[in-house]
Amino acid sequence: MPDAPGLELIRGEIDRDHPGAVLATSFDRGQAALIVDPERVLEALRWLKEEPGQRYDFLSSLHAADYLPAEPRFGVHYELINRDRVERIRVKAMLADPGEELPEIDSCVELFPTAEAQERETYDFFGIVFRGHPNLTRILMPDDYVGWPQRRDFPVGGEPVTFTYSEQRFD
Amino acid sequence: MEVERRTLREKQVAARDLLRGDLEGEDLERYVEERVLTTTFEKMIDVARANSIFPLTFGLACCAIEGIPMAAVTSRYDIARFGAEAGRASPRQADLMVLSGRVSVKMAPIIRRLYDQMLEPKWVMAMGACSSSGGMFANYAVLQGADKFLPVDIYVPGCPPRPEAVLYGFVKLQHQIIGNADQGWRQRYDAYGTEEWARGGPRSEPSPEAARAYEEARELSLA
Amino acid sequence: MTDATVPTEQLGLNEDRTKEVMTVNVGPHHPATHGVLRLVVDLEGEIVRELRPVIGYVHTGIEKSCEDKSYWKVIPFVERMDYVSYFFQMEAYCGAVERLIGLEIPPRAKYLRTLFLELNRIHSHLVWLGTTALDLGAISMLWYCFRERDKILDLFEMATGQRMHTRYFQVGGVIEDIPLGFEAKCRAFAEEMPVRVGQYQDLLDRNEVFLSRTKGTGIVPRERLLELGVTGPLLRAAGDPWDLRKVFDYLAYPEVEFKIPVGTVGDNYDRYRVRVAEMVESARIVEQCLDALPEGPFIADDRKYVLPPRSELSTSMESLIHHFKLVTEGYRVPPGEVYYSIEGPRGELGCFVVADGSAKPARVHFRDPSFVNLQAFREMALDSYVADMIASLGMLDPILGGVDR
Repeated sequence: MPDAPGLELIRGEIDRDHPGAVLATSFDRGQAALIVDPERVLEALRWLKEEPGQRYDFLSSLHAADYLPAEPRFGVHYELINRDRVERIRVKAMLADPGEELPEIDSCVELFPTAEAQERETYDFFGIVFRGHPNLTRILMPDDYVGWPQRRDFPVGGEPVTFTYSEQRFD
Repeated sequence: MEVERRTLREKQVAARDLLRGDLEGEDLERYVEERVLTTTFEKMIDVARANSIFPLTFGLACCAIEGIPMAAVTSRYDIARFGAEAGRASPRQADLMVLSGRVSVKMAPIIRRLYDQMLEPKWVMAMGACSSSGGMFANYAVLQGADKFLPVDIYVPGCPPRPEAVLYGFVKLQHQIIGNADQGWRQRYDAYGTEEWARGGPRSEPSPEAARAYEEARELSLA
Repeated sequence: MTDATVPTEQLGLNEDRTKEVMTVNVGPHHPATHGVLRLVVDLEGEIVRELRPVIGYVHTGIEKSCEDKSYWKVIPFVERMDYVSYFFQMEAYCGAVERLIGLEIPPRAKYLRTLFLELNRIHSHLVWLGTTALDLGAISMLWYCFRERDKILDLFEMATGQRMHTRYFQVGGVIEDIPLGFEAKCRAFAEEMPVRVGQYQDLLDRNEVFLSRTKGTGIVPRERLLELGVTGPLLRAAGDPWDLRKVFDYLAYPEVEFKIPVGTVGDNYDRYRVRVAEMVESARIVEQCLDALPEGPFIADDRKYVLPPRSELSTSMESLIHHFKLVTEGYRVPPGEVYYSIEGPRGELGCFVVADGSAKPARVHFRDPSFVNLQAFREMALDSYVADMIASLGMLDPILGGVDR
């Protein structure tokens, strides 16, 4: 990983090229993260991928997390690896819940084709729409499923265990 | 008890006499009794069915690695000695569907379709905790038990059950098919009259006393 | 049968019908789909023109269920994702939680974990080899591979009590020390394994049918694999020596010597050779771990996160209180988030854990290698025969439990 000063240097360089894209940095438990503005996430990713000194060109994982009750609620995480220097960096984009509609963010499929299935999975479970994705449909849940299962306010589901006679006797 | 050992020559002579019609009365009776087993046609067919089950090569999840499609078929826990090594991929040709693994919501209609495509007589073994009752996954994605949409004949608990457990369940299923569903344990433990309505095998009906006891128990609980 | 001397126009065949594209469903129930993978394939004759995998048929909602359970109860859940390499998932999760807590595991635990991980890698590759050879027609390989697999499962059962899904790794180390006699049995296995692998190679390596089915089929260039995020033996077969065991030093891998098999062309035959060579290397690692196994505790000492030994419960009040707290509520993990990844048998297995300070994780997500590798399958199978598609699917080694989670 880039260490904490390295992370600040990266942030400084991005701020020089794309000012305002990176909102904050976070270095926690040895892992470096850049928190970016969700509208500018493609710029940040492209810079990290193509800038000659950085070259984080391998997207290891794209996933989301629901931070309810903290706002902004959704965080889309991009785990990038630079394979030559063996360094990882994380890019986080925090999305707020717009209420009735679904949160939106740009899709990075042109930059990282591996994101295609992973963005579909994120859409399937959180309802986050990736603008520009070629085929944003449900991937793991049935196609006509209603609801976004991995949001925090979606119930885990399941049924209560029924015992043969006790339900009727003790109710 | 002394066993009468006859030499081969004596047996040959007796057989020749039988064929010529020379054995009479007692000799003939004894001769026939030693060689002929009487049974019903249905029972014989059931025995044949039970000992040559074609499992459907179908594996859902972890139990598949330990169960009928895989470990039970391989050399240590050989299922071929029970006559079931010919796993058929097509449901039209298979007798036994082993639900080895968790049944997710998306997969359930497909399993039901496979079950409908199988021809009678067919049996279902719910292998493992997940297909018996949802297992450890009490959530939105797993059906809490395959018996919600399929009739299941035998449940094998475990997560995953050992191949020996699967084979034991398989042997129990064979006994169910032959008609001896409880394998005589009620007799051993003197437990008649305590049955619930057992659902398994073509001839496992409760006795009238048991049926009455069940009705009484139900009325008690509903009162 | 068309008569070769009659020209096609006179046969009265519609010109279009010779190029008809038929959509075939290689359904979730299929003998060769390694689980419940559904492929919707557009076939022109025998040639695959388009391939769409449909997954989700064994989706278990494990990630959502984990949010409902305390941290140590999550361990049996995540084991059951990729159900052939269960130790790897435990390691990814326990490693992530240990990072969050900042807990150091003792050296003996590191070596024991490495030992079991490598045994599990051999197990996974044996299951792969048996089933893939079965798909390609070399049916007896299934029995030979599962014979060895049963020996590994005997070792697991000896140490942990369960053949599969052992819940052996806990946060802080391993749950129990290995019993007496384990080392001898494990060593005997590790010595025998290269011999057996040699026998498998004798059967398959120069087998004409196997070669003609796997040589030159399913090639995807290395750069495209990297773009698609493919890792593991698939990437190594294409010539890229990217192995997280060597690159990110974790557990006892820095102290163990092993080579990484790398292929050249990246076709199915290379993938087969890479995995078979990996089995031999894993056996070497197992031997080295046994040789270098240090003495000491097998789990960390921090009673806030690790259960105290049972012998102390009758003498020390504090231990009793710790035990009670840990078993009922569980330990609380300071808030933060961590992404921890290891090299599984199929590629990079990553675990992302978000902790919010309570006794239950707020989010557990697994970056499963099979899920990402499946995106490369389309390119492997496009414009080749159906039989090559089946061979590629076998060599891709997807485990649908990991794909669907």
